[in-house]
Amino acid sequence: MAVAQVVRSEWTKIRSVASTVWTLSVALVVTVALGVLISWLTRREFGNMPARDRLTFDPTFISFAGMSLGQLAMIVFGVLVVSNEYSTGMIRTSLAAVPQRGVFYGSKLAVATAPAFVVALVTAFAAFFLGQAVLGPHRTSLGEDGVLRAVVGGALYMTLIAVFSMGVAAMLRSPMLSLGVLMPLFFLLSPILGTVEATKKVGQYLPDQAGARVMQVVTIGDDVPYGPWGGLGIMALWCLVVVAGGYLLLRRRDA
Amino acid sequence: MISLEGLTKRYGEKVAVNDLTFEVRPGIVTGFLGPNGAGKSTTMRMILGLDHPTSGDVRVEGRHYAQLRDPLKSIGALLDATANHGGRSAYHHLLCLAQSNGLPERRVHEVLDIVGLTTVAKKKAKGFSMGMGQRLGIAAALLGDPRILMFDEPVNGLDPEGIHWIRTLMQRLAAEGRTVFVSSHLMSEMALTAEHLIVIGQGRLLADMSMADFIRQNSRSYVRVRTPDRERFLDVLRSAGITAMETGDVLELDGVAAEQVGELAARHALVLHELSPQQASLEEAFMRLTAESVEYHAHSGPAADEQASWGAGWKKG
Repeated sequence: MAVAQVVRSEWTKIRSVASTVWTLSVALVVTVALGVLISWLTRREFGNMPARDRLTFDPTFISFAGMSLGQLAMIVFGVLVVSNEYSTGMIRTSLAAVPQRGVFYGSKLAVATAPAFVVALVTAFAAFFLGQAVLGPHRTSLGEDGVLRAVVGGALYMTLIAVFSMGVAAMLRSPMLSLGVLMPLFFLLSPILGTVEATKKVGQYLPDQAGARVMQVVTIGDDVPYGPWGGLGIMALWCLVVVAGGYLLLRRRDA
Repeated sequence: MISLEGLTKRYGEKVAVNDLTFEVRPGIVTGFLGPNGAGKSTTMRMILGLDHPTSGDVRVEGRHYAQLRDPLKSIGALLDATANHGGRSAYHHLLCLAQSNGLPERRVHEVLDIVGLTTVAKKKAKGFSMGMGQRLGIAAALLGDPRILMFDEPVNGLDPEGIHWIRTLMQRLAAEGRTVFVSSHLMSEMALTAEHLIVIGQGRLLADMSMADFIRQNSRSYVRVRTPDRERFLDVLRSAGITAMETGDVLELDGVAAEQVGELAARHALVLHELSPQQASLEEAFMRLTAESVEYHAHSGPAADEQASWGAGWKKG
């Protein structure tokens, strides 16, 4: 089985369904628009902020504030790309055509990750530049220390969110179940663990919190035990685990 | 050629497919017959490597399915007409399958034409009727111009014209020398299309024989007689050289016309309570065959050798 054939096939699959376009465009629009809105509100309120907050103000990170909501669309993209096979019964047709399940799974994930990364990259740069434009006097620039890393890192963060969702969907198969696990994880569990003082130490190792570190430029006064790339590495490790889990289950299970 | 050897599939305690051994040969339509839940679909999924057998072996052209390079070129299958993404067009559905097996895009147009879906090729599959869905599934099966074709209940949900179309198609494919393996739960359907029959019930093999043999053995005509003077009547029959089979208080007479029996009885002044010519239909024969498989299953043991001579089984029923 030539891998190139399967990659072409998976590309045809992904570009021929509407959900690809709308999930990825929603991710872009929401992340950028919300980032701009929050940047604009921050500029207006800047004078009223406590001195400590003004001192540690991170203009790069604030322009990515839309990511918290925009990643929802990335999650939906990742889940749908995999679980659609199961919810439609297409998986049996697909595996009859490509019985080498590793090739099938690897190609699918690679082919879905590529457009997710492109959209994430556009999103990150758009959110950064538009956010900075709105921030006016409080803005930073790509040339500043760590800023370019944070912007590219933001794109990688969004991409890994999609990859993580693909792995979870591969394990759980049902789109509803997958979203039912991922939504509370990222929108309830993670924020709660991250806010409560006692659980912060645990919460910072969750994929989204660890990964988000790469988007921060100003880190004065926090005691996170890993750096920006370390954080992204932790998130990548999470992805590796769920993707591997998805593969093992796909190999073992009846289709 | 598809070969199964001792193929078995268990789901926990339940045995869905039980030690199946048979071969599906090229050049003819082989019917795979069994009541709903007999294990036909599970068997077909194992042939395609979708479900893993608990034990036993199944090979396509002598190889395990996962060893086939570009499997669509060897075997095309229609398992489930709805096994496609409803939001994807018929054209793209077939295109992605073609690409995965290195088939040219031209082939997509060809199979769309064969199944008559060219005009709706760009329409999303979710708008398709059951019949159109079947046709799309068949188009996918034909994509690689395979030597083996496998259809699971292909006439389900089709209108009479569609049923006629698929029968003709299957026979044409077999006439081209291909292996055609088609499942059904309807004997009447198989009688019209299949040349060879494989019957399963409760996951077990009940019959593996040519359709002609099955008809010869099962579509027997006989005369059914009930009489209060049973012993005297049997004597009369014996002296007339007619053999009778006794089932309860009913006698079944083979190779004799009802008129002849009536005249015989009149000549000997015998009272008859019933005298009727009977024809066992293939459907009945099939139902008895599979019903017995259920019975055998309930009290296994001595039934095992009865099952081996299944052909005689229905006569007792």
